[in-house]
Amino acid sequence: MTDAVITQRGLPAAAVTQRLSRDDWIMRAFVVLVGVWMFVVVLLPLYFMMSKSVQDPDGNFVGLANFREYFATPALSYSIHNSLYIAVISTIITVSLAFVYAYALTRSAMRAKGVFRVIALFPLLAPSLLPAISFVYLFGKQGVITWLLMGNSIYGPIGIVMGEVFYTFPHAMMILIVALATADARIYEAAISLGASKPRIFFTVTLPAIKYGLVSAVFVVFTLVITDFGIPKVIGGQFNVLAVDIYKQVIGQQNFEMGAVVSVVLLIPAVIAFVADRIVQRRQVALITSSSVPYQPKPSALFDRAMFAYCALIAFMILGILGMAVFASFVTFWPYNMSLSLNNYNFDVMDGGGWEAYWNSLRMAGYTALFGTIIIFTGAYMVEKVKGFRLARNVIQFLCMLPMAVPGMVLGLAYIFFFNHPDNPLGVIYGTMTILVIVTIAHFYTVSHLTAMTALKQMDPEFESVSASLKVPVLKTFLKVTVPVCLPAILDISIYLFVNAMTTVSAVIFLYAPETTLASIAALNMDDAGDVAPAAAMCTMIVLACAIVRVLHAAASHGLERTTQAWRKR
Amino acid sequence: MKQDAAIIGRAASGVSANEVEMKARRGMLPEERPEASREVYLRIENLTKKFGDFTALRDVSLDIYDGEFVCFLGPSGCGKTTLLRAIAGLDVQTSGRIEQAGRDISSLPASERDFGIVFQSYALFPNLKVKKNVAYGLENKGLGRQEIRARVAELLELVGLPDQGDKYPAQLSGGQQQRVALARALATSPGLLLLDEPLSALDAKVRAYLRHEIKALQAKLDVTTIMVTHDQEEALTMADRIVVMNHGVIEQVGTPEEIYRHPASPFVGDFIGSMNFLKGRVAGDGRVQIVNHTLETTNMPATVAPGTEVLVCIRPEDIVARNVDGRESNVMDATVHEMEFLGSFYRARLLPGGHASDAIQADFSINLVKDLGVREGGSLRVWLPADRLIVFQER
Repeated sequence: MTDAVITQRGLPAAAVTQRLSRDDWIMRAFVVLVGVWMFVVVLLPLYFMMSKSVQDPDGNFVGLANFREYFATPALSYSIHNSLYIAVISTIITVSLAFVYAYALTRSAMRAKGVFRVIALFPLLAPSLLPAISFVYLFGKQGVITWLLMGNSIYGPIGIVMGEVFYTFPHAMMILIVALATADARIYEAAISLGASKPRIFFTVTLPAIKYGLVSAVFVVFTLVITDFGIPKVIGGQFNVLAVDIYKQVIGQQNFEMGAVVSVVLLIPAVIAFVADRIVQRRQVALITSSSVPYQPKPSALFDRAMFAYCALIAFMILGILGMAVFASFVTFWPYNMSLSLNNYNFDVMDGGGWEAYWNSLRMAGYTALFGTIIIFTGAYMVEKVKGFRLARNVIQFLCMLPMAVPGMVLGLAYIFFFNHPDNPLGVIYGTMTILVIVTIAHFYTVSHLTAMTALKQMDPEFESVSASLKVPVLKTFLKVTVPVCLPAILDISIYLFVNAMTTVSAVIFLYAPETTLASIAALNMDDAGDVAPAAAMCTMIVLACAIVRVLHAAASHGLERTTQAWRKR
Repeated sequence: MKQDAAIIGRAASGVSANEVEMKARRGMLPEERPEASREVYLRIENLTKKFGDFTALRDVSLDIYDGEFVCFLGPSGCGKTTLLRAIAGLDVQTSGRIEQAGRDISSLPASERDFGIVFQSYALFPNLKVKKNVAYGLENKGLGRQEIRARVAELLELVGLPDQGDKYPAQLSGGQQQRVALARALATSPGLLLLDEPLSALDAKVRAYLRHEIKALQAKLDVTTIMVTHDQEEALTMADRIVVMNHGVIEQVGTPEEIYRHPASPFVGDFIGSMNFLKGRVAGDGRVQIVNHTLETTNMPATVAPGTEVLVCIRPEDIVARNVDGRESNVMDATVHEMEFLGSFYRARLLPGGHASDAIQADFSINLVKDLGVREGGSLRVWLPADRLIVFQER
């Protein structure tokens, strides 16, 4: 019978290809641009870096000779052991401390939860070398409480681990809070009604529910520690780790090939941790359904007081470490002249870059936040919404995840090899503010991209269909609907980029020029030159800028909710 | 039951291809329809849509007339939304041709076609006020501010929301949001209005009200409209013609009465309304044998030979229990096995042969049950009118 239909109309079934509309062309052009961008700022530099590791200084291919030399030099290869050792110890301590802290914030009925939560996020506002500088003042040779170390030196593994715990604590805590906050009260009620003891409930209900969050926290902290440069640089003493080795090889000995080899070595654990985390996250299934009842902690005098005491102790230490650096920055000449002054803020009379470096940092962070947010959000939108084009989309999605696995030092070195290559026409940006902005956007691309994706996926997928039916160009709908609706996520991305651009040291350390020195690098260089107090002062200025921007962001978000986001309320 | 019926429906869809039925499936019974005087507005020819190995639409052809209200009806996964999205150009067909108002639009992108669309989620822009939502398509047409304002006011009046223009969508009820979406879709005066399950997200009372409103609005504007729905009541009350779909093919096209009274396949009979399916065998001219009765029917397909296995179908409400005495044919004595109270009527399970497997469902009004003293375990004589018995050949 269907045959009859065909013959009646006499039309053979020819495959139909839809003509592309103007919007389709525009979106595809954007997707191609995003692809080219990711290719140039991530993939090509990494390729150049890797090929450098199998070349001699003249650029001839030498196979694995550089790697053989590396592993034959114990002074170098022992750093692998050191880095792993530091990373494992720091991860265990940070995740344990952060777990109890997050547990107190989500599962107890103690007071001042909001305050504790904000204090725990303070380390995010500081460059990683700030805790290291603080520890020099607290536990150094003329430190305030050096006796607590019972004769051990702060310069070495002890100092590094303590610094890393401070630096990574908020990252672990945020992941664990999310994991712990999504609990279904009904499961706990069921466990209690079945007569389970409190320890049994903890091990059979609580832990299984948060295991993915716990695993994620472990991988994130491990990666942050093993790739960190600031803390071991300041307080590591003779204790060598991979990230510092790259710096020493490249800046100290001008041995670029060996720098590339160490980079490849450092890339391995970072990539493994990243891939493992991805695999684990993919296995996570939604534990919370729409019928879930949120868990409400019940007051318990003893437990709440214990949790309060614990959080107070941690918060005191965070504030103490932060406060030590701030205080030290105002002391005229530690420990001989303890009077307070602004002498250490007179950056212009010191080496390192002066106030110019601070203004550079603000500019760099501003540009990164502005252009980074535009590029990342627009890119995410086009990749998410373009019709067809599946291969390009998948490749770009992968490239957007890649920066997460690349340590900042490795990316920075890769940029030297790529952008400083004599045949690269893009070499004109080498040594300018532009390359600093680009490397920072690339370095922090993944988290921002994921934030944008999450926001975009929450939008009604038919907005674009409706606007096509109304003949409204897709770019207009993007600007009039998508951007306003996603404004909270867009602000989150910009603040994330700003704060990270202010505090980062790793990727930019290889790429700054004398006239584009940044505040965090100035602090590092001043510390290197023995000007520890001015370094603390510069760190304080960085914290100040980040804190002000954070407060402005909170105020802006609040204002937004009241005005342009009025539609969110009924 | 649904599952079984679907399988039967597919098995039976290749059966008994007489002229009338074939035309009915293609939606062309011109001499019987007022639309005959109208022109074909949308012509769909041999449309096939594949998603990888899965065929969502299989060689679908359909004509839709100017100003008509057509419903695509079928269970989920039957291809009705796929067909709508192909017409809109949102997910283009794998092969086949679509012609709108004489123009071949088969390969045009959605933005170059002429339609307005309302989605189940409404897809209202949450950050824009109601009036801005309605004006969204107008602002792009180079109209003056005054003109746009007048047109928006007119549209909001039309959908019964004249003073809601300054609210945000989230401040409106679901039914109001739905009407804003309708106003937005109609703003640019499209030639074709597409409604994708527009009422599914609403509660029953609002749904019944809006059913009426949308139908009246459509008739007033005389805009050709296609609505996708899985709700038979919606389709029966709103549509000029219903296109029943299953497994990517059109099972039947016809007016609501035709679809209900003369289902073209067991699937259609089962999907719309309730239907008894009895296994039988053709016993001769216009007669079928079921269990221990021989029934007469006026709906015997011309092609079946005596002895052929067939499905005999009758709707529960077509079974008569009053004034049965004195009738000679199509009468059977049955035991009342179970009675289910459904509010306005009872649904009784009758056992004509004494076996539970031969049960027939019959709907009896409350009055009838009272008057005849029908009760569980009692016996009852019923009449199965010959013109209500439909016969499908079994494969």
